[in-house]
Amino acid sequence: MAFPHRPDAPELPDFSMLKRLARDQLIYLLEQQHEVDKLYKVENKPALSSSEQLCFLVRPRIKNMRYIASLVNADKLAGRTRKYKVIFSPQKFYACEMVLEEEGIYGDVSCDEWAFSLLPLDVDLLSMELPEFFRDYFLEGDQRWINTVAQALHLLSTLYGPFPNCYGIGRCAKMAYELWRNLEEEEDGETKGRRPEIGHIFLLDRDVDFVTALCSQVVYEGLVDDTFRIKCGSVDFGPEVTSCDKSLKVLLNAEDKVFNEIRNEHFSNVFGFLSQKARNLQAQYDRRRGMDIKQMKNFVSQELKGLKQEHRLLSLHIGACESIMKKKTKQDFQELIKTEHALLEGFNIRESTSYIEEHIDRQVSPIESLRLMCLLSITENGLIPKDYRSLKTQYLQSYGPEHLLTFSNLRRAGLLTEQAPGDTLTAVESKVSKLVTDKAAGKITDAFSSLAKRSNFRAISKKLNLIPRVDGEYDLKVPRDMAYVFSGAYVPLSCRIIEQVLERRSWQGLDEVVRLLNCSDFAFTDMTKEDKASSESLRLILVVFLGGCTFSEISALRFLGREKGYRFIFLTTAVTNSARLMEAMSEVKA
Amino acid sequence: MDCYTANWNPLGDSAFYRKYELYSMDWDLKEELRDCLVAAAPYGGPIALLRNPWRKEKAASVRPVLDIYSASGMPLASLLWKSGPVVSLGWSAEEELLCVQEDGAVLVYGLHGDFRRHFSMGNEVLQNRVLDARIFHTEFGSGVAILTGAHRFTLSANVGDLKLRRMPEVPGLQSAPSCWTALCQDRVAHILLAVGPDLYLLDHAACSAVTPPGLAPGVSSFLQMAVSFTYRHLALFTDTGYIWMGTASLKEKLCEFNCNIRAPPKQMVWCSRPRSKERAVVVAWERRLMVVGDAPESIQFVLDEDSYLVPELDGVRIFSHSTHEFLHEVPAASEEIFKIASMAPGALLLEAQKEYEKESQKADEYLREIQELGQLTQAVQQCIEAAGHEHQPDMQKSLLRAASFGKCFLDRFPPDSFVHMCQDLRVLNAVRDYHIGIPLTYSQYKQLTIQVLLDRLVLRRLYPLAIQICEYLRLPEVQGVSRILAHWACYKVQQKDVSDEDVARAINQKLGDTPGVSYSDIAARAYGCGRTELAIKLLEYEPRSGEQVPLLLKMKRSKLALSKAIESGDTDLVFTVLLHLKNELNRGDFFMTLRNQPMALSLYRQFCKHQELETLKDLYNQDDNHQELGSFHIRASYAAEERIEGRVAALQTAADAFYKAKNEFAAKATEDQMRLLRLQRRLEDELGGQFLDLSLHDTVTTLILGGHNKRAEQLARDFRIPDKRLWWLKLTALADLEDWEELEKFSKSKKSPIGYLPFVEICMKQHNKYEAKKYASRVGPEQKVKALLLVGDVAQAADVAIEHRNEAELSLVLSHCTGATDGATADKIQRARAQAQKK
Repeated sequence: MAFPHRPDAPELPDFSMLKRLARDQLIYLLEQQHEVDKLYKVENKPALSSSEQLCFLVRPRIKNMRYIASLVNADKLAGRTRKYKVIFSPQKFYACEMVLEEEGIYGDVSCDEWAFSLLPLDVDLLSMELPEFFRDYFLEGDQRWINTVAQALHLLSTLYGPFPNCYGIGRCAKMAYELWRNLEEEEDGETKGRRPEIGHIFLLDRDVDFVTALCSQVVYEGLVDDTFRIKCGSVDFGPEVTSCDKSLKVLLNAEDKVFNEIRNEHFSNVFGFLSQKARNLQAQYDRRRGMDIKQMKNFVSQELKGLKQEHRLLSLHIGACESIMKKKTKQDFQELIKTEHALLEGFNIRESTSYIEEHIDRQVSPIESLRLMCLLSITENGLIPKDYRSLKTQYLQSYGPEHLLTFSNLRRAGLLTEQAPGDTLTAVESKVSKLVTDKAAGKITDAFSSLAKRSNFRAISKKLNLIPRVDGEYDLKVPRDMAYVFSGAYVPLSCRIIEQVLERRSWQGLDEVVRLLNCSDFAFTDMTKEDKASSESLRLILVVFLGGCTFSEISALRFLGREKGYRFIFLTTAVTNSARLMEAMSEVKA
Repeated sequence: MDCYTANWNPLGDSAFYRKYELYSMDWDLKEELRDCLVAAAPYGGPIALLRNPWRKEKAASVRPVLDIYSASGMPLASLLWKSGPVVSLGWSAEEELLCVQEDGAVLVYGLHGDFRRHFSMGNEVLQNRVLDARIFHTEFGSGVAILTGAHRFTLSANVGDLKLRRMPEVPGLQSAPSCWTALCQDRVAHILLAVGPDLYLLDHAACSAVTPPGLAPGVSSFLQMAVSFTYRHLALFTDTGYIWMGTASLKEKLCEFNCNIRAPPKQMVWCSRPRSKERAVVVAWERRLMVVGDAPESIQFVLDEDSYLVPELDGVRIFSHSTHEFLHEVPAASEEIFKIASMAPGALLLEAQKEYEKESQKADEYLREIQELGQLTQAVQQCIEAAGHEHQPDMQKSLLRAASFGKCFLDRFPPDSFVHMCQDLRVLNAVRDYHIGIPLTYSQYKQLTIQVLLDRLVLRRLYPLAIQICEYLRLPEVQGVSRILAHWACYKVQQKDVSDEDVARAINQKLGDTPGVSYSDIAARAYGCGRTELAIKLLEYEPRSGEQVPLLLKMKRSKLALSKAIESGDTDLVFTVLLHLKNELNRGDFFMTLRNQPMALSLYRQFCKHQELETLKDLYNQDDNHQELGSFHIRASYAAEERIEGRVAALQTAADAFYKAKNEFAAKATEDQMRLLRLQRRLEDELGGQFLDLSLHDTVTTLILGGHNKRAEQLARDFRIPDKRLWWLKLTALADLEDWEELEKFSKSKKSPIGYLPFVEICMKQHNKYEAKKYASRVGPEQKVKALLLVGDVAQAADVAIEHRNEAELSLVLSHCTGATDGATADKIQRARAQAQKK
């Protein structure tokens, strides 16, 4: 079970270096320069510290600047003088300085930057921990983080050598790629001549594939994320899991032997595996009987600790499973999954629509309802006008009228749209291109088409064969393709694209798919004809998800890697799931 | 060999001095040097002559001419002096000519006579006029010291960062000092001056009298003083013809000499090598040149012409009307090799090589002799070093040949020193060439470094030579070729007679995309010369859009800057330009500009959302973006407004905007919300409790939970809540209340639009199996099995499923059969299945 990698699978690079780099820099910033003694979380409340110096470690957001300004101004009113230091991570933005200036405290604070952009969450997973990337870029059209991505890629290539093969799809991917290339050119020579450690890099925009991210996850790790929310690689298991009265924070990564074996498994297998594991464990404990004193000593000193550790983890995961079972195996969940599959396959649309309507009427969950509406819209290339209006009305009645703004957001991001004759879009486009005559004109029309583009999901699905033909039962124990992460009903689009491109080593032959994805101008391949790359490195692939990736996608690609002898490394702006995407689009009352 | 040491003059027992010709001067001097103000820059730098100075009091109508020549006498510039009378000339470390005027103004000229800037030495100097001035070099740069008519000193230690210092007064000073000099010790500039028999040292704070130790008695006046190149040594010439030499700190005497010439010397300079123990001073009179040191005898030369001495790091340059010579102490390596009858290993090696070329067996003898003493390595090193100090390429070559010959017999001689010496000599010979005219010695070159030498070549506009040197030395492009090309381009943009098009094209052709060349720097220079159009053309070649922006802003091409910033993809840069634009343009124009740049617009909106809400509204207004305007007001109704009236008003505005945006749906929804808000307010007033800001659904639920069924019905009718929703809502609410009676009544009120399965489900959720069973019987046939399973009646579910002959239902029931109790049912199903299959 649990993907044992093929014996010839390449070794992963050591990413702990990133952690060390970041830690050393932060320690330097904090200790050497500011002598920090205590850390507080930045919250919207007055700081109670009495120290002479306050140091803020913040993301460069206007909101944070206003909070700092309010603190400083409060101190000023109270006649206190303190030193203030703001450390921006990963970088400082001019807008932030502007706000400090407008609030009249620019002279009172000093600023620093902590260029920490890559957090290794696991041996094969790097996260930029920028959940705001998704909303900022895909909704607000704010490109500020793209530079950060380019810098992160630059850091990777200085540490692990150049990437001989680059592929990408999506507007943002292309921009990030170009910015990154510029950076490399500016600092020419640093990576030159280095042997590449990672043979391929693949950049992918989240909006290329919203569908996968909107589906309910059924792989263990994804399910844990959907149910308990994994934050920065760790999860808080509440009392219902730990079976004691305390919550427990558990790190979820390859270090956890039990978790590592079940993380990529379809949930239906997990219980069986865990009980098998429990039996094995018991057998190992049982070996003690009939041991002589010397063997016993050996057992206690060497094995017992490991067994106990494993025991503890096992009981935690069994607890988590039970909790998930309780929530998810009810009738509702089965029906929900059934509806999702119907939407993906495109049949019984009417039935699905009334299911969604009922879902809304029953106030099951605002986020879930929204997710289903979006899934319906994307798979169907927009809702038919009647449904579009009635579902929205129902939603507003159920969950509150402020969601009128949420709908406007979703429409802008192309997540929830109305089926309309094609002319409205082109009208906007031609109006815009009349306005602007210079170079940027092309970019704007691109921007429009990317924002309001049609999903064409059905056609893409057919082209890429995303819905596997079912002959008989899909054996989830022995998966035969990546569809297993969605119970055999659907191969994740993002992963399929990556698979196809890697197979061809280019976009050749995928023109039609690229066109359907509205990415004709944003699919690129760049290969350097260097023979320096070892065959080992050529089987290492860095996949960069701009706007977040889900654990299901990670599991699917891990599966693909095992099948083909690759190993994938994931770089994402943040690990996401359907709920996080929907929340990012929601307008909540202040 | 004898002839080679012919120009060697011994001074004492241990040192030789030699004088050799660098160039025969090409200049065509009309005046005598003595009639001119002369300034020659160290390190083989240029010579400036200002003819016809004012002290000769010729006819004032003739304007003097300022000439600048290279060290080989090639004219570099000539200009008519139109400013005031000049007291002193001097070169700065950057090879800029400083001309100190009588009124204390200092005019700065470039090597090619181009005026750079000017600065003043202060009011005090202006009032009292300049009596005398010196330009001196410190580790910070170049300094200027001035003696005013009031016999006070003012100095600045660095003209690049002008800080004037007025030195303290010398007590009782009535007339000008007989001689004075600027000293630099411990990074502080001092003035040393002689008044009669007394010496005074001026620092920032005080004036102190000093006495040189061991000074011969009978001195009534000092006629000349000289500080060494490194400010370490000082020489004093007295009216008795006595020369005192010691440390500049005046703590130690090195030696003394009596030349018995009482006439004041024209010039006196130090002539010593770094790391040499020998100290010597060169004294020049009208027709006599004397080298004196720690020896009873001096070396004397006759000067045929009027000459001028230039102190250098390792010797003295002497130029006159016709020649340019170098006088220095013979370096140790050369002395060892060339001294008559020298048996030094280097000398033997040189001999051996010569014999070898003659194909004589003596070569072997010499070589053996060196090898027997085990000195071959030393011999090779000596030859290499000596080659560096030779001026004639022929002699350099024969020494290097000897070194190379010796190297063959050594196993592991590191080749670096030989290779580097060959390279250095090649560079040195190239710049010493007559046409270039930079007579650097090896020691000076090493002190100056190749980077500075390249800068000086660039300064002389000798771009091709500089590039050749870079390529020859394989310097990294960024430090070498590209830097020089960039300088060339900066020079090129100043050629005003060439059209913008041609200049831009020429520059791009030469530079291409050489790494490290910044087109924006060149463009900045073009802009500096007032060629804005050219600057914009050049910026087009700049590959990094980000680099173009600051200059474009400076040139007030803000709109272009904005599109470039957007192209660069650096949002921070876009933002910088935006705020620049915001301050520069009036609001209307600013908005118009934004309108054409969606990316900038969205960025600015983001900013406004947090900082300037009103501006955001204006932006939408100007764009007639009613949709966003509506959203804006909706948001305001939640965030900004507290009072109900205000919120309703905001919503009304929003609804109007939505109508304008032809978004009927949003408009209607907003109007409904207004109605709901008003209603909620009334409910709160009449019934108490919390209603405001609940959704419609929650409002109705709250009413039912509070027992206000009539109101609830009314509300549902008013807002046209669909039946299905209402049934769900009521069902859930009543179950929550556990009002089973009412629920049953409700279920019978009419046929349920949502069927009866939900009733079963909800009762089971409240763990009321009894009630659930009531509804299970009413569930329609399709969902009957489900309902029966829900209430736990597996047996009946099985019957129904069998009746339906539905395979899916059968397996569903089967999966619910657990344990022994349902064993019989399971069997029944299996039987039914088997039967079905038979058929």
